Amino acid sequence: MSFPWARQYEPKHPLMRYLDERLPLPRFVYNAVGPGYPVPRNINYWYNFGVLAGLALVIQLLTGIVAAMHYSAGAAVSFNSVEHLMRDVNWGWLIRYMHANGASFFFIVVYLHIFRGLYYGSYKQPREMVWMLGVVIFLLMMATAFMGYVLPWGQMSFWGAQVITSLFSAIPVVGESIRTWLVGGFAPSQATITRFFSLHYLLPFAIVGVVILKIWALHIPGSTNPTGVEVQGPQDTLPFHPYFTAKDFFGVCVYLLIFAAFVFFMPNSLGHPDNYIPANQLATPAHIVPEWYFWPFYAILRSFTVDFLWIPAKLWGVVAMFASILLLFFLPWLDKSHVKSTSYRPAYRIWFWILVIDVLILGLCGGKPAEEPWVRISQFASAYYFAHFLMILPLVSFFEKPLPLPDSIASSVLEKTGQSVAPAATPAE
Amino acid sequence: MGSTTEAQPAMAGHSEEGVRRRDFIHVATASFAGVGTVAALWPFVSQMNPSADVLALASIEVDLSPIEDGQGVKALWQAKPVFVRRLTAKEQQEADAVPLSDLRDPETLEQRTKPGHKEWLINVGICTHLGCIPLGITEGEPRGDYGGYFCPCHGSHYDTAARIRKGPAPTNLVVPPYEFKTPTMIEIG
Repeated sequence: MSFPWARQYEPKHPLMRYLDERLPLPRFVYNAVGPGYPVPRNINYWYNFGVLAGLALVIQLLTGIVAAMHYSAGAAVSFNSVEHLMRDVNWGWLIRYMHANGASFFFIVVYLHIFRGLYYGSYKQPREMVWMLGVVIFLLMMATAFMGYVLPWGQMSFWGAQVITSLFSAIPVVGESIRTWLVGGFAPSQATITRFFSLHYLLPFAIVGVVILKIWALHIPGSTNPTGVEVQGPQDTLPFHPYFTAKDFFGVCVYLLIFAAFVFFMPNSLGHPDNYIPANQLATPAHIVPEWYFWPFYAILRSFTVDFLWIPAKLWGVVAMFASILLLFFLPWLDKSHVKSTSYRPAYRIWFWILVIDVLILGLCGGKPAEEPWVRISQFASAYYFAHFLMILPLVSFFEKPLPLPDSIASSVLEKTGQSVAPAATPAE
Repeated sequence: MGSTTEAQPAMAGHSEEGVRRRDFIHVATASFAGVGTVAALWPFVSQMNPSADVLALASIEVDLSPIEDGQGVKALWQAKPVFVRRLTAKEQQEADAVPLSDLRDPETLEQRTKPGHKEWLINVGICTHLGCIPLGITEGEPRGDYGGYFCPCHGSHYDTAARIRKGPAPTNLVVPPYEFKTPTMIEIG
């Protein structure tokens, strides 16, 4: 599960030898995230976001378990129990603000992680499974985040639940029955809160399970790197510890600084004030939008405004929204270029950055009211999103002439410092 | 790090003996991270302590005026029953007549009541053995061999001053902190 030159775990203390023969947990840690895991020596700070996503998940689990100690699930009590957490529980405000902002920060690092993967071709052979497990985590995260947002039972919670579960009513014939089954009633109610609470507590542990599978799958070929050239020998790698633990620790410090700035100084800036109004099933807030991390997909949903090919606009919107994410599962086979890193793909590089801008535009449109010019802009942006993956990506990989790749990771690193490859032949410890 | 350092022994700040710059950085980083982690974990411990709304109910007031001689009432204080009893003259005499040497947990009735209010006996209504609520505060309940309280769970008998006389309980029924706000009003807690 690693390169042959990986350092071997050799317990020195008799107690550690005793343990190693019976429960080799220290050996496992050594080989997974210790000196026994060789990592391409040239990975840059964009490769921090995997560890940061793991940290964000741990913060959500810790704060969530604690918040659940004070939360009551129920149409009559949920809103008040969240206010109780905010006002009465020792440090409750901190725990809730960490949990609410932590969700946003989880999505921030995951989006950066996804675009890192897109840029450096992390989804390509032999890492297709790593990528697809990542998409599964992303889907689980979205489900978890949505159900968590419903739990405070404010106005945005209630109407968010109403709108999102209504997506399923677009399914022909059985849609309405499915929706009724999902919420356990004719509208979100007591039954909806209790089942969402149960699943909101369960799904993060499912995420942990998939994360373990993903790391397992990742550690077979190892990480990609900014050149996209695979590791060939010991001169191309450095041990994970201490080199990348130190690099990740620096990233963690920066992340926590920014996170703390939000938690302490602008804890509600990413939320919506209407959610501090208790749920009222007789009045929808004037401007109903999901949390910012759903905006690009919300824009795709709303960009279908006319019936087309006998299929109602409502169904088109829902199908397009789900397709925009499910499309990512097919990415490893849509991109036919054998060059992994976009740094060596001059034509694709332009299209990549246009996609980034396109998704940002979709996000902007998704947060705006459903009126012109935003609907028209999101229609073009949605069309472009699908065109990127289904037309541009396959065509570019066919016509593009990539730049010459470096011979190896080591030679690309040494070129920058003006050294030749020869002296580096001794394995870097 | 090893081979790099060996290959370039002349690097500034890297003397082989004594404290290296890097040692200082390691200790400083570990200390800072350790203190930060403990500080960050404290709220997660502290949140399990009673919240402000629970603490707000930490004290209660009990009106004594409707309680007749020999009667008792139960009040709820900090989620525990409190026995408020107005002792008759006979009960006070019985309590005073017991020599302290006969008691497992020696205390006089004076010590267990407020000066000038000897007829008012206030106790936490929880048996000091294993936490059941003794009988005897409500009219008609058995009051045990010594005319005070009787815990049916394991057979502890308390006398008219709620002192343990027989059975497994180790100490007398606890007297909660309280004070007379007016001659007919007490605040418990």
